[in-house]
Amino acid sequence: MLRHFLTLFIWLGLAGMAVAQDLQPSLQAHAGEIADPSRSSVSVALDDLVASGAPHLSDFLEQWQDKGVWQRDADGVFFYATENGDDLSLRDIDTAQETTAPKSGFSQLKPNGGVRRLIGTALVQFQLTDPDLARRTSAIESIARRPDASQLAPLLKSIDPETDATLKARKIQLANFMSASFAPDTGDRIAAITSMSSDTSIEARAVLNQLLSVKAVVSPDAPKGNIARVLKPGRDLSEADAYARLVDAKLAPPVISPAAMRDALAANIDGGRVGGIPTAQLDTQTMREKAYAALAAQGTVPPLVSQDAKTDAVAAHSFYEVYEEQDPAVTDAARAALDSIETRVGAAQAVDLTLDALSLASIYFLAAIGLAITFGVMGVINMAHGEFIMMGAYTGYVVQQFVPDYTLSIIVALPLAFAVTFAAGVTMERLVIRHLYHRPLETLLATFGISVALQQLAKNIFGTQARPLTSPGWLDGAWVVSDVIQISYIRIAIFVMALMFLALILFVLKRTRLGLEVRAVTQNPGMAASMGINPDRINMLTFGLGSGIAGIAGVAIGLYAKVTSEMGADYIVQSFMTVVVGGVGNVWGTLAGASLIGFLQKGIEWFNPSNTLAAQTYMVLFIILFIQFRPKGIVAQKGRAAAD
Amino acid sequence: MHKTFISQNPSVLWFIALLGLFTLAVTVGSEAFGTGLISTSMVKTLGKTLCLCLIAIAMDVVWGYCGILSLGHFAFFGIGGYAIGMWLMYARTEGIVLSSLSGQAIPSTSQEISDAIGNQIFGVVGSSDFPWLWAFADNLFLQLLMVIVVPGLLALVFGWLAFRSRVTGVYLSILTQAMTLALSLWLFQNDSGLRGNNGLSGLQNIPGFEGSSQADISLAFFLGSALALALGYLLFAWVVSGKMGSVVQGIRDNEARVRFLGYRVEGYKLFIFTLTAVISGIAGALYYPQAGIINPAELAPIASIYLAVWVAIGGRGRLYGAVIGAAFVSLLSSWFTGGGAPAIDLGFYTILWTDWWLVLLGVSFVCVTLFFPKGIGGLFDYLVRKPS
Amino acid sequence: MNNTLLEVSGVSVSFDGFKAINSLSIQIAEPELRAIIGPNGAGKTTFMDIITGKTKPDEGVVIWGERNISLLGMSEADIANAGIGRKFQKPTVFEAQTVRQNLAMALKNPRGPLAVLLHRKTPANAARIEAIAEEIGLSDSLPRIAGELSHGQKQWLEIGMLLAQEPRLLLVDEPAAGMTVEEREKTTDILKRAAQTRAVVVVEHDMEFVRRLNCKVTVLHEGSVLAEGSLDHVTSNPTVIEVYLGRGHA
Repeated sequence: MLRHFLTLFIWLGLAGMAVAQDLQPSLQAHAGEIADPSRSSVSVALDDLVASGAPHLSDFLEQWQDKGVWQRDADGVFFYATENGDDLSLRDIDTAQETTAPKSGFSQLKPNGGVRRLIGTALVQFQLTDPDLARRTSAIESIARRPDASQLAPLLKSIDPETDATLKARKIQLANFMSASFAPDTGDRIAAITSMSSDTSIEARAVLNQLLSVKAVVSPDAPKGNIARVLKPGRDLSEADAYARLVDAKLAPPVISPAAMRDALAANIDGGRVGGIPTAQLDTQTMREKAYAALAAQGTVPPLVSQDAKTDAVAAHSFYEVYEEQDPAVTDAARAALDSIETRVGAAQAVDLTLDALSLASIYFLAAIGLAITFGVMGVINMAHGEFIMMGAYTGYVVQQFVPDYTLSIIVALPLAFAVTFAAGVTMERLVIRHLYHRPLETLLATFGISVALQQLAKNIFGTQARPLTSPGWLDGAWVVSDVIQISYIRIAIFVMALMFLALILFVLKRTRLGLEVRAVTQNPGMAASMGINPDRINMLTFGLGSGIAGIAGVAIGLYAKVTSEMGADYIVQSFMTVVVGGVGNVWGTLAGASLIGFLQKGIEWFNPSNTLAAQTYMVLFIILFIQFRPKGIVAQKGRAAAD
Repeated sequence: MHKTFISQNPSVLWFIALLGLFTLAVTVGSEAFGTGLISTSMVKTLGKTLCLCLIAIAMDVVWGYCGILSLGHFAFFGIGGYAIGMWLMYARTEGIVLSSLSGQAIPSTSQEISDAIGNQIFGVVGSSDFPWLWAFADNLFLQLLMVIVVPGLLALVFGWLAFRSRVTGVYLSILTQAMTLALSLWLFQNDSGLRGNNGLSGLQNIPGFEGSSQADISLAFFLGSALALALGYLLFAWVVSGKMGSVVQGIRDNEARVRFLGYRVEGYKLFIFTLTAVISGIAGALYYPQAGIINPAELAPIASIYLAVWVAIGGRGRLYGAVIGAAFVSLLSSWFTGGGAPAIDLGFYTILWTDWWLVLLGVSFVCVTLFFPKGIGGLFDYLVRKPS
Repeated sequence: MNNTLLEVSGVSVSFDGFKAINSLSIQIAEPELRAIIGPNGAGKTTFMDIITGKTKPDEGVVIWGERNISLLGMSEADIANAGIGRKFQKPTVFEAQTVRQNLAMALKNPRGPLAVLLHRKTPANAARIEAIAEEIGLSDSLPRIAGELSHGQKQWLEIGMLLAQEPRLLLVDEPAAGMTVEEREKTTDILKRAAQTRAVVVVEHDMEFVRRLNCKVTVLHEGSVLAEGSLDHVTSNPTVIEVYLGRGHA
């Protein structure tokens, strides 16, 4: 150590003379640290090298970091070198003169990981002003990853010359963050902190939280320092916790835990007795304490801490938290900034939650609208509706096996899924449901039978593992508004799709002949039949339409969830609830039901984010209660027909 | 009184007699009896099937007679299983913990014992505290009371809410399904206090009978299940006969008319719903010690739908139909899924019944609904009517 | 009238803006036979729905019996137990059960689930069932399944079930619909006999049937009373002719 120190001292003098001349002398001044660096010693050397202002230092640092520097064993001179068989292609550090020499006379400098990081930090200052934009950007990110007080000055210096606007903004932001922590002047720091109070980025919050980090203190004296919070035992922390802190701070003797007491007793059994009490009687805590007290009186075990002693000890100390940051002005500013940010983050989270809920609602809407149509028009519950969703998703999967282009395959899959499930729906209506009109419970069970069979059939064909339905590249990623608000493009696409379907269905029902007939059959089948509408045909088409929409919903759902044979079952209960909550036979009702359930589920999840199962449980319970009060759903059918 | 309702239902005597013969045959053939013609696992399967028959007749009363297609009765079955399972698991763990602690120099305090039991039971869900649900788990009598009280109370509250607001038909079915879903989702949570998706296990070991062989225990449960089925059959046959039966079936066929006759339909529905829920709970309490394990998946809504399938295949509106349906489909199902059925080689494709059984069941169920709405039990009508 | 059994006054109800009943007021005495006629949509069935508790009116009062009880807010079952029996337009008997079971269910007895569960057959009840069956001419059909009865027999069975309830007021909706001439005569006789001891309100389209009942007639039109009196009196009323009878001749 002393030797190093001396060398350093001598070379410092030499380096002083060689200012701004060549790099090699500066390097030689720290030859020891450079050749055999350790994390503790090298930083001094690096600081000196940087301070010396030697030319091409950044080149050297880069080479050093990349293990491209070799030292001649004979005189300790450093070279840049590349291995070339047994030889080295050498390049002089200052003159760039190239030579070749056998490898045996040189040693490669191999700085370890810690040292390389330090070199990187030193390099950053050069890179900040590097002409190459990419290098400047990477330098900024490297600073952001591990900010250090020493980088603040070069960073600030690099802001003005910066030509790239984006990078300049980033530099200013980063400089702000660093000033908040590292600026020498309190005023500067507070200014920096205050300017952050509208920045909702996670980075800004991390910086402020760092400034506001606290440590718990327990002390026999009154609280002092930059106090964050005074803890009152019994209110802010339990007496047991308070005492445990005293024990940790070695301000009080440890409590003997029941387990420790038991061990102590077991270790001191003397002729079947402990402290004069027969072991058989030691099956209550009271008797054990008695026996332990007897042992303690003999001095064989440390004394028991009585409850009174604990209370007194706790009362005699103050418990509080102090900020690591000493300056109250800084912490106050940071607190104010953080509060303001959190308000903004809260608002942003509300927006994010709304977007999430909206996308969930659109999924439920897509899944349920087909069911709502068939239920509304025909009064039958189709338990196989979920399997139609699955069928649609598998159609998408199969299409992708033949059409490799994802965009094209989705465009093909959507109408194909509609066609497949439309056909399946019509078949089912003709073969089964037609024979069961006016027996709704039987329809429910028969379609359940179909659902079981279809699910197993899918399992037999496609296997039990999930199949991917890959979305086109342009749907990857997310629309990022801020660190808090972001929503994936797929969900946006599903939302748009739900809107399109809403419009399409409304159009079909309100503006086409089919829709007119469907509404007529819904309202009064007998009258509709007498007016020349064939209810049979309408039922068939309606069922086909409802099933076809389920197929398209299947493609949409498959894009963001996995395609499995059980995916339909995952949605069927929610779809039922959407229909029932919304009110039967009304598109707007289904929309209302889907929105209510979507928002409710997200809302409950927000209250209890760790437990989605609980969220679902509460949601189902809510729906059960809701139906008590509005048995006909949100948008109830009105009039005399509904009273029957 | 018994005379009247049995004379109205001659099938009751037939059923009791056949059940008695069957029970006798299984007892004589069991390993416990010494002949060993029927393996212990078969005795368990048969005992479980009897429990399924019991819940099936409960389902038949609530659906076939009263017209309420409940998709929640398997939830009551599961609750019964959980209620008894809690005692079985607690008492057994207590025995294990006590014996493991007994050798120690210092005897354990009650707190230490309770902690050790808690650790043993709830370690899998990362907890060791006893949830409030387990307050009575150490008491067999109270826990048996739970088998009746909890399903009964749940059915009472749920039924009161649903019937009061006149939720009927398909809506009611979906509502009961939602109830079942909520219950199973809740049970799946680790902090529900019932070990999350691990469920309760080791229920086949009956505390206090560690010395008895599984052969003896399973025969005892088989006999208990047979007795419960017989009593349940008598009870339901009595309920659905006479004037109560008239009113209940009247509600099924025309609820409004019954109401205008001056009957409070809600009260009757609630009575039937709750009674059948209680019997379902009892059936579950007998089933799960024979199954050995209960977990939330058992309560999933689909189980209750299968229950309806059994009753429909057996024949609604006749108690023996429900028994036939439950026994037939559940035994057939375990034969098919257990690999008992021979695979069919078509040359280009081999039909493995483990894969195709559900397809067959689904399709045959559709066919039964379409072509044989009276189910298998309907065949008896032909047999009975032919001679006359 | 001091023996008023049912008083409906100022009752209105509307569905989706359509006024089905418009400040309707009717009084029924005990005993009395009353026929209510009116064109389609006059509110005849809704009027019955309101009395029996199926539909809640928007405004107005419905007062029942000596103690002037309001029927509004009572459940269907309570109203039935208070003494109002109703026969629907379509015969609604329990088709899966025997005629005897149908009548037994309707007999005036405790209606609570427990009482019903523990109910035992008594000779007295059996005698009442026989008597009612005799009255409606179904004595021979008691063990038959109700679903096997003819349309007319079903109608009578339903009237018999009404009588078994021992109501003070019978509301009968189109009892003669779909009946042969002889069946109508028999139905008229049953209703007239019933009206000797209680109030019977018959809603009917068929003028011949109403004439045979030979009772006070109330004409409903657009949810309110248009005319009231003997059949000859109302049929000579020019307004009635215009809105109801006249239409057929026009």
